[in-house]
Formats: sequence, structure tokens, C-alpha cells
Amino acid sequence: MSNFRLCPDTGLFFDKNAESLMKVHAVAAAVSLLVAGLLALGVALTRWPAVHLLPASQFYMFLTAHGIDALLFWVIFFEIAILYFASSTLLRCRLAAPRWAWLGFALMVIGAVTTNTAVFQGNSSVMMTSYVPMQAAPHFYLGLILFAVGALIGCFVFFGTLVIAKDEHTYEGSIPLVTFGAMTAAIIAVFTIASGAIILVPTFLWSIGYISHIDPEMYRIIWWAMGHSSQQINVAAHVSVWYLVAGLVFGARPMSEKVSRFAFLLYIFFLQLASAHHILVDPGVSSEWKIFNTSYAMYLAVLASMIHGLTVPGSMEVAQRAKGYTRGIFEWLRKAPWDNPVFSSTFISIIIFGFIGGITGVVMGTEQINLIIHNTIYVPAHFHATVAVGTTLTFMGLTFFLIPVLFRRKMILPTLAKWQPYLFGGGMTILILFMMGAGTMGVARRSADMTFAGAALTYDYPGMAYTMMGISGIGAVIAVIGGGAYLLITVGSIVFGKKLEPSAGLLQSFGVPLSSDNYMAEPEILPMAAPVEEHGSAGFEAPGTFVLAMLLLVSFVVYYFINWKYLASVWPLS
Amino acid sequence: MADPDDNNPDEERIPAMQSLLENPFLLLFIGVAMPAVFYIIWGIMEIVTVPIAP
Repeated sequence: MSNFRLCPDTGLFFDKNAESLMKVHAVAAAVSLLVAGLLALGVALTRWPAVHLLPASQFYMFLTAHGIDALLFWVIFFEIAILYFASSTLLRCRLAAPRWAWLGFALMVIGAVTTNTAVFQGNSSVMMTSYVPMQAAPHFYLGLILFAVGALIGCFVFFGTLVIAKDEHTYEGSIPLVTFGAMTAAIIAVFTIASGAIILVPTFLWSIGYISHIDPEMYRIIWWAMGHSSQQINVAAHVSVWYLVAGLVFGARPMSEKVSRFAFLLYIFFLQLASAHHILVDPGVSSEWKIFNTSYAMYLAVLASMIHGLTVPGSMEVAQRAKGYTRGIFEWLRKAPWDNPVFSSTFISIIIFGFIGGITGVVMGTEQINLIIHNTIYVPAHFHATVAVGTTLTFMGLTFFLIPVLFRRKMILPTLAKWQPYLFGGGMTILILFMMGAGTMGVARRSADMTFAGAALTYDYPGMAYTMMGISGIGAVIAVIGGGAYLLITVGSIVFGKKLEPSAGLLQSFGVPLSSDNYMAEPEILPMAAPVEEHGSAGFEAPGTFVLAMLLLVSFVVYYFINWKYLASVWPLS
Repeated sequence: MADPDDNNPDEERIPAMQSLLENPFLLLFIGVAMPAVFYIIWGIMEIVTVPIAP
């Protein structure tokens, strides 16, 4: 008996189990984002010097929960949904071991609730990093471990689905590029979760008294294998979604499958090594270790991101030019569907991820110039460019696509949806740029009060630093409004949106399958895509993208050398 | 005895890179082993060789 539903709008086939699991993971992700966003407002309004909303104890509690909910729970819940979509739906295959997948989901939910409970009980304001010897309540670590085990089960369900698809010949040729990118994310996730287990299990045992001592430096190295790699899962996942959106919105094909797959391969080899940039000012590890892992290996991962940054918009440009938008260098971009939030989210994400997230990432990964901004608020500026705009905004855009396709509801508030990516992306960009500026002036991250009121040792930041923190607070408020708009539209749509299928009731929006007569489709074998024409033999096929790439290169070179010059002024050597 | 259909073995051969890209479990192994060796094991070896202060 078939268990597949054919989406009448897109031609996608949804396995019944995978469909329910995608829905519940997406809903859990949205709940995590809601919590993270509310906490973000508290954090931002405290760091806004003129407002300074929360007392220190609440600030650190809010910041701890915000980091965990945004950087772990929101993105990983959503990424497991993407893994099931990229395997089961794109390969037209039944999901492997659905009961295990449900167990994994249950563990993730229990873990997320447990860790949040520990934080809000007030004794675990140890930041997301929970550096020892700071000690959180035991259930803080236990929740993270349970969440990680659940996510690991999700990854292996993904790999199992790949095996089934191959064995049952549900596709011809190689797996699609989007599935390959999702596989890259799953591989990084396995390393991430294994690293988390290596360090969090003993730390949990330490918190309940079974282990007397955890070496702080050992902890930092292994924790960052989890902490930073978890963000590399995001990179692989959101790049995969970029390719997906280019195909969905423009009918675009990758400019070169080989090059794009090679770029993902570089991620698999090198991306996780970038974790070392968190340890660049630590004693105990050699410069050889630091420089190999950052200034050599990391650059190969950066090269991969630059390839994706070129090929994704390049494929959009080629598709647009084929439709006749050939006037000048940028007609293809001017005539792009900027009022379609699926596209605008993705394109804003590409630009901010590349121009700000990428460039600041390389600056932070260079041992010498890292010293200027290490542990300043520049660091959160960087990862808000990569995770909040790069990943989160991409996932937001994908959600707008999924509401009618997966949830079978019509999206409500379409005008607000058109503006949502600009609100969130614009607010975040203001936040990021001014946090970068303040960080360059030395403003510390993770600090409840930049005036150091009542502290034994104080420091007077320049007045401009206060102004910048104030403007970044305005950006944060705009971004929170944009995030609220996203949740209003998505949750409102799956609850109140017009039903596109009569049986798509409230329970169906939260994981219950549609009526059984929907699952009668027999998917045909996914045909092998026709080869893409070779590019480059007749001049530039994507000159606009080439210009953008050159602009990125010039921006990077100028910014990189400004930082070296700035380093020379910070540390006068003669 | 040679298979009569196998008159052009070059067409059947899968390039090494494609074989690598189409083997998720080999990629999984590499993707875990690389950072485990170069980041974790190398880093931990350096930490444990730091002399303990008297």
C-alpha cells in the first residue's frame, strides 16, 4: 500500500511518516525561535546603554537561554526536518525507521525542555559555552545530552533513508545536489554530536559529583568541536537550501554540479577545523596547531563558501538571462521577484552571509588580527551575520514555501510576508554593523554593563562605543519585530490559513497525517537530471555575479588590510 | 572469457572522485576522522604535554 502524497502544486512526493515528522520538527523549531526571540529582546535592551533593562543576574540567564535556543534548538530542529525532506521527499523514498525518528524527536523535545528549565530555574546562567569550572545544574547538561542523542538518531535515519533509496532504486544516477548538501550537514552533525558527547557526558558526571575535576583547557577544545561545528551544520544546510530555492523560484540548475559537489566535499574535509579560531588566544596549544586549523584548513572551507556564493547567484543569473533579462549587467537581479519572500530571504541571506559573515570570519580566523576583536561584541556580530541572517533568514524563506506545500494551508498576511525578510534582514544588518564597530573599539561581549558601575576595575569606552551599542539595540528591536512577523505569519497560517486540502485541520498542522485518501500516489523513479551545458566557453555566462564576486574580493582585501593596519596601531612595536 | 557486451570498459569505469562522492559512509568516516585527528587528538596531545605547575 502506498504511503505517498503527491503535492498538486509542486509535484513533490511526501512519505506519510516523513511528512508528519517534518511538521513536528518545524513546529518545535518555531517554538524554540519564539523563546529565543523574546530572550533576544531582553538581551538587546540590556546592552542598549540608555535602556539597560535587566539586572545582571537576569541578563546572564536570558543570554544563556537565548544562545542555546537560537544556536542549537531552533536550527537543529529545523535541520532535522530538512534532512527528512532532502532524503525522503527529494529521493521519493520511504523514511527509514520512522519509530526511531519519533524517538529521536521525543528526546530532542525532552532535552530542550530540560535544559531550558535548568536555565530558568536560575542556577545555570553559564552561557551557552558553560565553560568549566563554572558549574550548571546537572539537568542543564543532561538536557543537552538528550537533545544531542535525539538529533544523532535523526541523522542516522537520514543515512538509512539514503540506503533505502539506493537499494530500492527510487532515483537514477547520483543523489541530487540538495540531498548531497544535506548529507554534508548530517556528516558534520555526527562529528558535532560525538564531540558534544565526549565533553558533556563527563561534565554531567562532574556536576553530580562522580568526577572531581575537568581540565578547563581540555574542555574548551572539545566543547568548541561541538560548539562551532554545530554552526557548520547550519552552513551546509542553508547552502543546500539556497540551491533548492534557486531551483524552485527560477528553475535554475547549478552552474556546475561537479564544482558544487567538490565545494561540499571541502566542507566535509575542512569546515569543522575552523573551531580552532575560538582557541587562538589560549595558552597550551601550539601555534602550529592554531595556524594549521585556521589559517590553512579553514581557508579551504572558506574557498568552498566562496564557490557556493558564486554558483548559487550565478545559477539564478543564468536562469534569468535565459528568460530574456539580458540588458546590462544587473537586469536579471533588478527583475528578480523581490516581493517573493522565498527569494528575498535567500538573496539577503547570501549577501549578508558572504559580505559580512564570511569576511569577518576570516578576520577572526587569522591569529594576529583576531587579537583586536577576541571576546569583544564583534564576535556575536559575526555569528549573527552567519547564523541569524545566513541560516535563520534562509530557513524563514523556506518556511514560506513549505506552508502551502507541506502544511496544505494558504499563507496569511501576504503583504506582511513580503516585508518580513527586509524587516528581519535589515534590522539584523544594523545590529551586526554597529556591534562590529563597537567590538572594534573593544566593547566586551557577555557583559551586562559596559559602564562597569560598581566594579573594582573599570574602563571608559569612548562615547562612540555607547552610540554604536545604542544603534545596534535599535537594529535588534527591528529584527525582533521581523522575527515576530515571521512567527505570526507561519503559526497564523497553519492555524487559521485557508485549507488547500479539506482534511488539513488543526491537528494535521501539528503532525497528524491528512486523510488516508491523500496517500495513494505511487512515485515514479526520480529521473536523472539532464547534464548542464558547459559554461565558460563563450565568455561570462553570469557577468553580474562575477561583478558581485569581484566586489566581495575587493571588500575583503580592503577590510583585511585595514585590520592589519589597525593591529599595528593597537600594538605600537617601535 | 570476456563478456561480449563489455566491448568498451572505459565507459563503465566510474571515476575515483565520483566513487568517493557517492559513498556516504566513506564520506562520513572522512568527515569525522579529519577533525578528530587534526583538531581534537592533536589539540588534546598538546594539552596533556603541558607540564603541571609545581
